[in-house]
Amino acid sequence: MRKIIALKFSLFLLLLLELSGCGISDSAERIVPQRLILTGSSTVAPLAAEIAVRFEGQNPGVRIDVQSGGSSRGIADVRSGVADIGMASRPLADDEQDLFSDQIATDGICMIVHLDNPLISLSDEQVKSIYLNEVSNWKEFGWEDAEIVVAHKADGRATLDVFVKYFKLKNPDIKADVIVGDNQQGLKTVTGNRHAIAYVSIGTARYEVENGAPLKLLHSGKIAPTPSTVASGAFPMTRPLNLVTKEPPTGLAKQFIEFAMSAEVHDLVEQQSFVPIKN
Amino acid sequence: MILWSSNRLSPSRTDMLLRRSLGLLTCLAASVVVFVIGFVLVESLPAFSEIELSRIISDDTWHPADPDNATFGLIPMLVGSFLVTFCALLWAAPLGISIAIANEFYPSRFMSPIVRRTTEIMAGIPSIVFGFWGLTTLVPLIANIQAPGQSLLAGSIVLGMMILPTIVLTTEQALHSLPNELAIAAAATGVGRFAFLWHVALPTCRGGILSGVVLGLARAIGETMAVLMVSGNIVQIPGSLFDPFRTITTNIALEMGYATQTHRTLLFLTAAILIAMVVPLMAVMQSLNTEQSHG
Repeated sequence: MRKIIALKFSLFLLLLLELSGCGISDSAERIVPQRLILTGSSTVAPLAAEIAVRFEGQNPGVRIDVQSGGSSRGIADVRSGVADIGMASRPLADDEQDLFSDQIATDGICMIVHLDNPLISLSDEQVKSIYLNEVSNWKEFGWEDAEIVVAHKADGRATLDVFVKYFKLKNPDIKADVIVGDNQQGLKTVTGNRHAIAYVSIGTARYEVENGAPLKLLHSGKIAPTPSTVASGAFPMTRPLNLVTKEPPTGLAKQFIEFAMSAEVHDLVEQQSFVPIKN
Repeated sequence: MILWSSNRLSPSRTDMLLRRSLGLLTCLAASVVVFVIGFVLVESLPAFSEIELSRIISDDTWHPADPDNATFGLIPMLVGSFLVTFCALLWAAPLGISIAIANEFYPSRFMSPIVRRTTEIMAGIPSIVFGFWGLTTLVPLIANIQAPGQSLLAGSIVLGMMILPTIVLTTEQALHSLPNELAIAAAATGVGRFAFLWHVALPTCRGGILSGVVLGLARAIGETMAVLMVSGNIVQIPGSLFDPFRTITTNIALEMGYATQTHRTLLFLTAAILIAMVVPLMAVMQSLNTEQSHG
């Protein structure tokens, strides 16, 4: 009896060894195929993942890992060499000019309010006064007497950078009522609160509206937030979606970036409600 | 002890094998904790040289990424963490203990199984689901009373719902483990149900009940995603139940993916502070549990 138990137990230990052994051989195999790691912007990541799938299909033996974590993270990872390509949903900052970026699409950022809100457009000055809390009641815009719930992004997000730069605001001066993480949380805040206002990616917002969310995308002055006005450059608040590398891209990275910029992936870009670069 | 063969002079080989390998696995599991804490500490060390640490207390806002005028005040978030935990306990602890007492001492054939099942199901609901419910249902309701809806009130309601089952289940277990002799003796001496509950059961189970409350407290302090969705995340000391606030944990979740350099180091430092807050709580709970088993 005891021998049987001992046997069973050693089998169990063997199984454990076997399992850990699998882990080792698995990671050894991963090194063999050509591999490319992309990290960064959560706005670019879904698009990059789609492009990666198509690229992998055309180039057997290539594996592309796409991980999202914010534009600043992507740039830091490229610097440190953790990632081959960084994704950034904003232009390179002044202290990032030593890096190389290639634009794969354009995205716009617009203000959104609840569908019940009669507002159609806001001028830049009006947006500024709302975010600086100089105007704090919807009454001032000819709607009901209710406090404006101002949603703002958390520190370090690319959308926040673009917003703050465009309106020439200082982040600490902004008086927000709610701070949201990603686009989705911003959208949910506005759908759940009739008196809220937020700024989000036009692509993401249009997708939500098409799926029945009670939202309204505000015009910027007289210009409607549509892919065509973003493409023509008429819509003011836009940002490039970039792929960033430390050196001028070579080899597999170059191949992938060229593919991501080519007309072959324009349908994928449009599917995500971004605007492809055409030339 | 006699039943165990470990007292024999020559233990069997199976026992030896089992003992050693289990010992090894235990060390492995324990070392994970050491590694995690060690990693957090090592990553937060540069903070000591990069900024003056007193600024964590003296700065009144948190803008660690601002290039011109960075500020590192953690106090509003520490206060936020404690306030929301306190408010959640304030309603969840009395309610949880009452539910457990009702289930144990005044059981109804119809209600008790329903309450018990519901509590068990509540214990298993992932926190993000509570957060989502809070954001889409609770927050708009509160916003009708006072904007913006994302508030200390919303946070403490959602957190309270999450720790309620912990408190109910541990209290019930503590009451359930009362020696039957006590109840028999009480019945024999003609002590009523309420007198028995008030003068015997609750004092005897004090340790067990308190450890349930501390467990809920620890869970509440550590909770992140649900709070992130309903608290509004403004860095400020909330002036009323309707003001938004930010906790230590949501701050890490909001910014970690986007933080670099000093900002990132400081987030690790906040994690270290969080560990420093939770470890004493666990120690308190341990001592309460020991008290319970001796009492």
